[in-house]
Amino acid sequence: MTWVLENLDLLGSRLLAHVLQAIPPILLAFVLSLPIAKLIAVRGWLRTSLTAGAGLLYAIPSLPLFIVLPLFLGTSIRSPLNIVVALTIYGLALMVPSASEALRAVSGDTLRAATAQGYAPLQRFWQVELPLAGPALVAGLRVLAVSTVSLVTVGGVLGVPSLGMLFIDGFQRGILEEILSGIVLTVALALLLDLLIVLGARVALPWARTPRRKGARA
Amino acid sequence: MTQLLEALAWIADPTRWSGPGSIPVRLLEHLWYTLLGVGIAALVAIPVGLLVGHTRRGRGPVVALSGAARALPTLGLVTLFGLWLGIGLTAPVLAFVILAIPSLLAGAYSACEAVDPRTVDAARAQGMTEWQILTRVEVPLGLPLLIGGVRLAAVQVVATVMLASYIGNGGLGRFIFLGLNLSDYPQMLGGSILVVALALVIDLALRLVERLTAPRGAART
Amino acid sequence: MTASRTPRPSRGPALGRRSFAALAGTGLVAAGAAACSNEDPLAKESGSASGGSSDGGGPATGALVIGSQQYYSNEIIAELFAQVLEDSGASVERQYQIGQRDVYMPELESGAIDLLPEYLGNLLQYLDESAATGTADDLATALGEALPDGLRVLPHAEATDQDSYTTTKDFASQNQLAAIGDLAGVEDLRIAANPEFEERPYGPQGAKSVYDADITVVPVSDSGGPLTLQALLDGTTQLADIYTADPSIAANDLVTLEDPESMILPQNVAPLVSERIDEDAAAAIKTVTDVLTTEELIALNTKSVTDKQDSATIAKAWLTEKGLLGS
Repeated sequence: MTWVLENLDLLGSRLLAHVLQAIPPILLAFVLSLPIAKLIAVRGWLRTSLTAGAGLLYAIPSLPLFIVLPLFLGTSIRSPLNIVVALTIYGLALMVPSASEALRAVSGDTLRAATAQGYAPLQRFWQVELPLAGPALVAGLRVLAVSTVSLVTVGGVLGVPSLGMLFIDGFQRGILEEILSGIVLTVALALLLDLLIVLGARVALPWARTPRRKGARA
Repeated sequence: MTQLLEALAWIADPTRWSGPGSIPVRLLEHLWYTLLGVGIAALVAIPVGLLVGHTRRGRGPVVALSGAARALPTLGLVTLFGLWLGIGLTAPVLAFVILAIPSLLAGAYSACEAVDPRTVDAARAQGMTEWQILTRVEVPLGLPLLIGGVRLAAVQVVATVMLASYIGNGGLGRFIFLGLNLSDYPQMLGGSILVVALALVIDLALRLVERLTAPRGAART
Repeated sequence: MTASRTPRPSRGPALGRRSFAALAGTGLVAAGAAACSNEDPLAKESGSASGGSSDGGGPATGALVIGSQQYYSNEIIAELFAQVLEDSGASVERQYQIGQRDVYMPELESGAIDLLPEYLGNLLQYLDESAATGTADDLATALGEALPDGLRVLPHAEATDQDSYTTTKDFASQNQLAAIGDLAGVEDLRIAANPEFEERPYGPQGAKSVYDADITVVPVSDSGGPLTLQALLDGTTQLADIYTADPSIAANDLVTLEDPESMILPQNVAPLVSERIDEDAAAAIKTVTDVLTTEELIALNTKSVTDKQDSATIAKAWLTEKGLLGS
């Protein structure tokens, strides 16, 4: 514990850097996944192959991706753009399949009813489809947020400040407390974001809480 | 693009396909570590997941726990366990087990939950014991979902097994870390391509199993 | 010659990042950019042991950016440079713990980093794979040629932190080992080392061709740290590549095998700098390299791994003790 108390500044700065690297890719992946999911949701073959493909995107080892991406982006390896793009790719790999599932689960009858009521396509998407898919989208967003927070640590191996750096430094110097604090803070941050999403969803999607009663006793 | 071509040329070089430390050896090691990680995790997670799914109890804590497990950074676990347990397989495999558990758990309990409660009630009415309901109704009907969990876990672990080489083991990570530290990009990329290819093969194989295990007559979820 | 002849953009270190922030547009991403570009976003408030004396009128073009490798000992040396530079009135920005040469070398060339502690042998190897071995001075001269335009190494320290073939006292006495050549004929030799050791000229191939010893590498990526040591101590390996400035060699009574043929490259500490390090700054840095011996470096490293002190504390105490601060 003494190491932790003596290095609170370090932990704080690593945590802050970690947060700032995690948030943009989470938001970007979530926002980008919606139009992509919408485009593929109605085309069966595209959806099947893209969701399968997205899963494999996730199989790309992260460390090499961080290094190779700058060759295409023209950035330096430690550039924030590089980190954000790499993490967004992984985020999309998670979020596109779950978003397309969420949109697909919205009943076609409901959508047709909305069209009949005179909703324009875009309006229908925003005011009917998205709210109805909301709870499932939130479930996807939660996984996305938690995984991204965990993945940010990998940049530490390359020299991008984040909680991941504590693993490398602690490993080389044999300081267990340092590695442990890195792990604990990463998990705590992930769970905090998760909680914020859940609370945010409760405010934004008040109807999402009701269906539970209906499903329990069939 | 040239980088990618060089990486493919690195893989295609016949001298890398035989002898100790060659691509086939590393591939098999990689596969073995993956199997160990997912296998051990399955022994723990699938029974627990089925129990939760069957009894419909304890879902809250299990979901919360696997959520937290998802947040655990594998690099942190590998280094931490490494310092505790020394070099060798134990430390990384332990980390992979933890990595694989959430997907396996989710697959197992959703397998049970996906079965129509009326079907379960019907089985119960016919006098089946709880064990029979689980093994003869829920597992067969939910098997594709269960395998789906195994597939997700396996793909995740395959991509992460490279970390085993961080603390003294074989696997395709050897190429990746060696290439990384020597700025030998063709080698690093070649290793990565092999990892992705292995993930692809595992993914397709398990997708096929999912198809084959889908019970005839039951609607696909 | 691998030196690149492409003209170097002569711009301040912040431009690349600033242009990205502008490009990204959103406040969030820009904030992320600021955090990533700065090794320590809280540096101002947290004030490392330097006491926050960083605004002593540095060059108008902005702070000197000091980087370090992802190796605690290297960070300590970087911090020594940082503190003497601050003491000389320069303003300094720290970006420590960068993983690979491939990550920081382009940044040194682009002007995003101005100073980073290097090691003669490995730096030369990186720039010129076919470089011949030699004395530290030979290597420094060769580096002068091999480095890209705009980069140079300042006079190196006596301190060297080089790869070694190290074994336990027991194993050495059982097999009567004093030099690497004595390993010839010993069966089943394994060495725990960072993965790249495998391909270094002083790695297994070198040991075979120079000393006729057969050794397999067990890769452990902790730069000769606790796990490498443990592998050696518990007998998983018979040898370990523990860097010669590592306190664990003395602490565990280990034997570093001699290298009479000078197969292993000298790895004297040498400051690698950009053009923004002027003569005054170079002189300040030289006050450190002049007194930094291997023994001193081991003592510094001990404070990091045994006493678990942070680099700023260690550097401050050492510089004060040597009378290098407050001149």
